[in-house]
Amino acid sequence: MKLSLTKVVNGCRLGKIKNLGKTGDHTMDIPGCLLYTKTGSAPHLTHHTLHNIHGVPAMAQLTLSSLAEHHEVLREYKEGVGKFIGMPESLLYCSLHDPVSPCPAGYVTNKSVSVWSVAGRVEMTVSKFMAIQQALQPDWFQCLSDGEVSCKEATSIKRVRKSVDRSLLFLDNCLRLQEESEVLQKSVIIGVIEGGDVMEERLRSARETAKRPVGGFLLDGFQGNPTTLETRLRLLSSVTAELPEDKPRLISGVSRPDEVLECIERGVDLFESFFPYQVTERGCALTFSFDYQPNPEETLLQQNGTQEEIKCMDQIKKMETTGCNQEITSFEINLKEKKYQEDFNPLVRGCSCYCCKNHTRAYIHHLLVTNELLAGVLLMMHNFEHYFGFFHYIREALKSDKLTQLKELIHRQAS
Amino acid sequence: MPRCCNSPHFIQEKIMAKRVSDCSSKVLGMGFVPSSILILRFTVLRGPELIQKANGLHGFMNWPHNLLTDSGGFQMVSLVSLSEVTEEGVRFRSPYDGNETLLSPEKSVQIQNALGSDIIMQLDDVVSSTVTGPRVEEAMYRSIRWLDRCIAAHQRPDKQYLFAIIQGGLDADLRATCLEEMTKRDVPGFAIGGLSGGESKSQFWRMVALSTSRLPKDKPRYLMGVGYATDLVVCVALGCDMFDCVFPTRTARFGSALVPTGNLQLRKKVFEKDFGPIDPECTCPTCQKHSRAFLHALLHSDNTAALHHLTVHNIAYQLQLMSAVRTSIVEKRFPDFVRDFMGTMYGDPTLCPTWATDALASVGITLG
Repeated sequence: MKLSLTKVVNGCRLGKIKNLGKTGDHTMDIPGCLLYTKTGSAPHLTHHTLHNIHGVPAMAQLTLSSLAEHHEVLREYKEGVGKFIGMPESLLYCSLHDPVSPCPAGYVTNKSVSVWSVAGRVEMTVSKFMAIQQALQPDWFQCLSDGEVSCKEATSIKRVRKSVDRSLLFLDNCLRLQEESEVLQKSVIIGVIEGGDVMEERLRSARETAKRPVGGFLLDGFQGNPTTLETRLRLLSSVTAELPEDKPRLISGVSRPDEVLECIERGVDLFESFFPYQVTERGCALTFSFDYQPNPEETLLQQNGTQEEIKCMDQIKKMETTGCNQEITSFEINLKEKKYQEDFNPLVRGCSCYCCKNHTRAYIHHLLVTNELLAGVLLMMHNFEHYFGFFHYIREALKSDKLTQLKELIHRQAS
Repeated sequence: MPRCCNSPHFIQEKIMAKRVSDCSSKVLGMGFVPSSILILRFTVLRGPELIQKANGLHGFMNWPHNLLTDSGGFQMVSLVSLSEVTEEGVRFRSPYDGNETLLSPEKSVQIQNALGSDIIMQLDDVVSSTVTGPRVEEAMYRSIRWLDRCIAAHQRPDKQYLFAIIQGGLDADLRATCLEEMTKRDVPGFAIGGLSGGESKSQFWRMVALSTSRLPKDKPRYLMGVGYATDLVVCVALGCDMFDCVFPTRTARFGSALVPTGNLQLRKKVFEKDFGPIDPECTCPTCQKHSRAFLHALLHSDNTAALHHLTVHNIAYQLQLMSAVRTSIVEKRFPDFVRDFMGTMYGDPTLCPTWATDALASVGITLG
């Protein structure tokens, strides 16, 4: 695996990771994102439907929380999780947790970490963890780590220090077990940077993890709400400064377009794509603009549209009281709203996704109001394609030195 | 004897709502799609104006193939409490806003005209097949009168085919009367209604056979609400051409996959480590790509993709079944096809349900 940087602009890294995968012939662009899955499948989408989306990332994210309970089955299957889930051609990264589901705190010990599956808690020691990875055979996997610090408020320095110590210990043990297994050597271990909100500990975690022969780094503990991220962004630059340039940096729990850009500017390469999924689950469609160089007429129309929508958004935010709706961002429209009943426009004009090419806002509205499963399918298709398109534009903007314009555009649309 | 020129066809149920997305359905090559729940919802929520603005149902759904709409009568009675049938029509209270609406034969046809579906159904006075007594007779005669009102109200007979629905419950005389009267009307096709409720299979097949024996040979016979694979094969033998049923998609959403030997409840532990496809002979995308074990795991998650995989497979199963039926008829070996089918499904001809054996015997097909 080889990471080559084309250029670095304002802290943003543009490049490619080559020679990926078991056959060594896959490539990934950075900055980029991973395909979000639940139990090895894109949410709502069959393999066939997924194939109708343009720009699907080369690497998919699997979560141990959804797969650990199927460990025995996978062991007997022998051929690895990629083939089991029907994605043998895809690169696979296995994270510990599902970024969408919060992790209950209090379950990490010196010897084990727990993940939460549908069936309940699965406790993993280092050897159990590695046995599971041996059955899964992913291309990359997040090393067993203590990420609990970010789940709780007000953590003591002692606890933060422990998270760093434990994670390093787990890492060393996992590396040792990897050395003893031919199968595991085909996978790349991603070292996890912990340290909560304590600069000293963050730096220590980064420096120490960088000393180990890991294939890349996961910046853990930066997830939370937009306000906590702001504080943490200051830590982020210092952390990535300690990391080698030629290894990829992933971040967990950050997926909103504005936050993505902030993190790219601070040296992050890869992101999870769970944001489009969350948007889908609340019956919304991503509509934010990322075309920083559209034709003037389109700009005017879109801007007017965006202005309209921002106005409505503000009004609605004042009215809605249910928890789900309060999370609606200004990057999206809520198709359940009555005003879409007779709106025969596509979700986003000019979007080339299957949903926008074939269906209207009115139709999606109808499907949502009548509680039809198809609503989720169509919205997921649009939201993924829109989101992958955003990442494509980030790379284009970096290539042509237009990142500032893109940032401004996104910022204008962030509430 | 089964008619050689039959084109037995399975209409996938209510697909606007429970719809497999276009790209999957194109792979499966689906023909008709009925939209019965749609009628109820739109009637109840607002008139058909929205659909008209959207270029009809085809435009609204972006469905380029054929569509069949039901009258809304069945849903009215079965899904809405507080409904009252009078000579005028079905009066009911909307579950959404509590308002009272009357669905008359004229109104039903008007809505269906606006929807623009290719085949439309008359509004009939639907009575459960378990009901006996004078109500059945009343409903049968009323359905004839409502048929005439629907024919009179139909604005687009050149573009949309209005089907009559034969009623009469499980009473041979009533059903015969209905057949005699309705066949006097010049409609493009006939549905056999009032069955596939709670009646015994023995009564069911006799009413189907009676109906098909009195319906014109040169017009389609649409048996509503059927059904299970065995029922489909038997009713083709009895002379039916078109069918619709919620069963394949509904059972998919409960984790059940249809196979030639019955069905597989994939949520069960026995499939946990079963690494073969649902059906090795099936050419659907689910069977091409996925194992029972994976589907089992996915069904135990909250990812709806599992339901879609099974929906696609079950629809494919139905379509493949009907296609095989058609081929066997064209190749003049339908009786052998039936024997094979029953053998696979039940193991031994003697294990085939009695009603099916009797029904097949009545048209000259013997098993084993």
